[in-house]
Amino acid sequence: MTVGDGRMEAFRSEVGDSGAVCVRGGATRWGVGGGSAGAREVSAPVGIMALEPAEMTVMVGAGTTLTELAGELAVHGLEVGMDGPQGSTVGGALAVGRSALRRRRVGQIADVLLQADCVGADGVAFTAGGPTVKNVTGYDLCRLLVGSLGTLALVGRVILRTRPVPVCSVWLAGEVEPDLVLEATYRPASVLWDGARTSVLLEGHGADVDQMVETLARLGLAAAEPPVLAPGRGRWSGLLPDGGVLEVGAGVVHQPDDSGPPIVSEGVLNLAARMRASFDPSGRLNPGRDPYSRAA
Amino acid sequence: MSDLVAALDPERVQVGDVARRLYSRDASVLRGGRAGVICFPVTTAEVSACVVAAVAHGRDFVVRGAGTGLAGGAVPCDEPVMIVLTRMDRILEVDESRRLAWVEPGVVNLDLSRHLGGTGLHFAPDPSSQQSCTIGGNVANNSGGPHCLLYGVTSAHVLAVEVVLPDGEVVVLGNEEGDSVGYDLRGAFVGGEGTLGIATRICVRLTEDPPEVATLLLDFMSVGAAAETVSAIIAAGMIPAALEMMDQRVVEAVEPFVNAGYPTDAAAVLIVELDGQPAGVADEIMRIGELASTHGARSVRVAADEGERERIWKGRKSAFGAIAVIKPDYYLNDTVIPRTKLAEVVERIYEIVEEQDLIVMNVFHAGDGNLHPLLLFDAREEGVMERVLAAGEEIVRVSVAAGGVLSGEHGIGLEKKRFMSLQFSPADLEVQSRLRAAFDPDGRANPAKVLPSGASCGHVTSLGRLPEGTWV
Ligand SMILES: Cc1cc2nc3c(=O)[nH]c(=O)nc-3n(C[C@H](O)[C@H](O)[C@H](O)COP(=O)(O)OP(=O)(O)OC[C@H]3O[C@@H](n4cnc5c(N)ncnc54)[C@H](O)[C@@H]3O)c2cc1C
Ligand SMILES: Cc1cc2nc3c(=O)[nH]c(=O)nc-3n(C[C@H](O)[C@H](O)[C@H](O)COP(=O)(O)OP(=O)(O)OC[C@H]3O[C@@H](n4cnc5c(N)ncnc54)[C@H](O)[C@@H]3O)c2cc1C
Repeated sequence: MTVGDGRMEAFRSEVGDSGAVCVRGGATRWGVGGGSAGAREVSAPVGIMALEPAEMTVMVGAGTTLTELAGELAVHGLEVGMDGPQGSTVGGALAVGRSALRRRRVGQIADVLLQADCVGADGVAFTAGGPTVKNVTGYDLCRLLVGSLGTLALVGRVILRTRPVPVCSVWLAGEVEPDLVLEATYRPASVLWDGARTSVLLEGHGADVDQMVETLARLGLAAAEPPVLAPGRGRWSGLLPDGGVLEVGAGVVHQPDDSGPPIVSEGVLNLAARMRASFDPSGRLNPGRDPYSRAA
Repeated sequence: MSDLVAALDPERVQVGDVARRLYSRDASVLRGGRAGVICFPVTTAEVSACVVAAVAHGRDFVVRGAGTGLAGGAVPCDEPVMIVLTRMDRILEVDESRRLAWVEPGVVNLDLSRHLGGTGLHFAPDPSSQQSCTIGGNVANNSGGPHCLLYGVTSAHVLAVEVVLPDGEVVVLGNEEGDSVGYDLRGAFVGGEGTLGIATRICVRLTEDPPEVATLLLDFMSVGAAAETVSAIIAAGMIPAALEMMDQRVVEAVEPFVNAGYPTDAAAVLIVELDGQPAGVADEIMRIGELASTHGARSVRVAADEGERERIWKGRKSAFGAIAVIKPDYYLNDTVIPRTKLAEVVERIYEIVEEQDLIVMNVFHAGDGNLHPLLLFDAREEGVMERVLAAGEEIVRVSVAAGGVLSGEHGIGLEKKRFMSLQFSPADLEVQSRLRAAFDPDGRANPAKVLPSGASCGHVTSLGRLPEGTWV
């Protein structure tokens, strides 16, 4: 942890070392995994602490909203491969751990987090990962934290990998099989299928995008508004539920309601339970939430 | 031993001196490892049986792929059961439409890429050792390679892993598609260096071959100018597919072998690879050419055809072979620093090496700040290993002081365990040990590695410190 950052120390002491506790982010996904169950709610530090365009990294308080971060980064032509509803925070998006709709281009959310400054269940501050874009020093705690719903540690501040904003991007849609669209394009940012129509997001250099638009026009795709997705999520099982939209290649279905708990083997559940107990023996971090209660 | 013979074919359980010596070391400079019984399982059930037998007899176990690791990850301490996976080398399934493949851990990295030839797909992690290292080893070390700059290191390409846990239980971590369900235990396992369990089947992500590839060779009269060009490219918002630097000594050593037309009088050259679609690639060639000129590049050469591309890359990839002409032994370090500090830290490395009266060659993944100073020496020379290790330690210290980390791709193993506290506080390390304990509560899987708090391995020393001829 960088010495002397008062906000991190304040966060640590707010979390303390006893009593059920959780971080409240933008509360856009507050019920996920079960809800807070009356745990004391704390807030993570807010604000951009170090933006290094030449390193393509940014250090930011976990309580910062994705919108504020995106705004600052855009000034430098940069972005982070994260996504969430209006009001959601960096820490919340990481804790929920759902990759951005543009994941085919920007990568999985797990690959965005380079370093996390956290407070553990014992109230002690620790750092996971490191500041550089490449790092295999010790165990990959960052990946374990992404998607853990704040049950292993509370995140105060992070270093994220940034990437250049694409020069050009355009949504197209048409009544075509998604496989044909994939064949006709190179690394589209997103491919969605509602059972009849395929929507595709193309990104890149203008002339390259134009070229793909032309190819896809021959298949019957035309420029379209970005699709509006239902708020729930489920895992693709080969069948689309009513009103569901498949994120092709991601195994995720955007649907009206969240689907029920996933099927997970007992061996994995045991390992996960050991992990949670190892990080939080007294069960004080987000006691009401279970990351295994949601399918996608 | 008898349990192991019962579980495996007797021919696949070895205890002879030759085998034990062979499996006592890897590609690091560490010597003096002590292997116990060596097993060559061919199925997940056999791997599990080996683990159960080892633990039942109070033994540790160490898993090994091809033994090309550079941090001593596969070096055995105190006669553990050695589980060697080179015979689990089948490519089980390639699903072209879903762009994934299931492989056994002993599949050699390059064999998978060869197998995929003609499909338009490839496995992106391309360590320089790809002709021999295994995918299981890549997963365990979260290995990188030149093209990981754009595409990410191994973890970004592993969708799921079947793992034999240290109690013999078999679990599948991760899934073929999408984000993790519950904790990302797959992500936690990757990079575990054989201390969290044994990968027995791996589902890897396959990457589309780019329609357009351009390889550039830039040459500079100073290492500083080359380093500043690297920083400038990144700062300009470009992420090439690969961005490698070779200093003059490397260029001089490899040019006679490959005749790539490298300028042997240049202080440093950069190999820049751009890939993607034609217009984007053409645009980046132009922008990089301009940046290079403003930063003092003498020339910018764009490979005209596939043959020229291959020659440029061949030089980079044969660097390790070429050094043997200069000195018989080498110590390859691996640290990462912020990209804006490249010029400064590389200069400092030359000074450190000079102070220790050694020879260094720098050939590294400049685009992500991943330094690979290669110290050359002759282990027969009295006291040379002390100087090599002193230089290595100073390089690690300088890297961490510059805001960097201990390792970018080779891992910690035994080699860098003692440096962990340079980068991490006791609290940081305590949390890492919690992750490990959840996988391996009894500390049976490769216990002497990674964390300084783990078991020690007093009988392992570095090359050159042992009486001559002790180990081959
Ligand atoms: C493509 C896409 C679409 C999405 N669409 C929607 C949508 O339509 N509606 C929707 O609700 N969500 C959606 N999500 C999920 C989205 O990621 C989260 O809703 C949101 O980012 C959570 O942020 P928050 O600040 O509101 O978290 P909160 O709702 O405040 O918290 C969520 C969980 O994270 C924990 N948490 C928060 N901050 C921290 C921290 N600093 N340290 C540890 N734990 C923490 C909380 O304790 C809680 O368990 C979508 C995600 C993606 C990628
Ligand atoms: C000339 C040379 C060049 C190299 N270049 C690069 C490079 O460019 N990039 C890079 O990242 N590395 C490089 N390396 C290092 C090395 O090749 C990689 O770390 C490689 O991934 C190791 O694979 P292996 O099969 O040889 O593993 P081993 O050396 O046999 O084992 C390495 C570690 O992995 C564990 N392990 C092996 N298999 C499994 C399994 N199935 N399950 C769990 N744990 C397992 C072992 O216990 C050990 O800790 C290079 C090495 C050499 C000699």
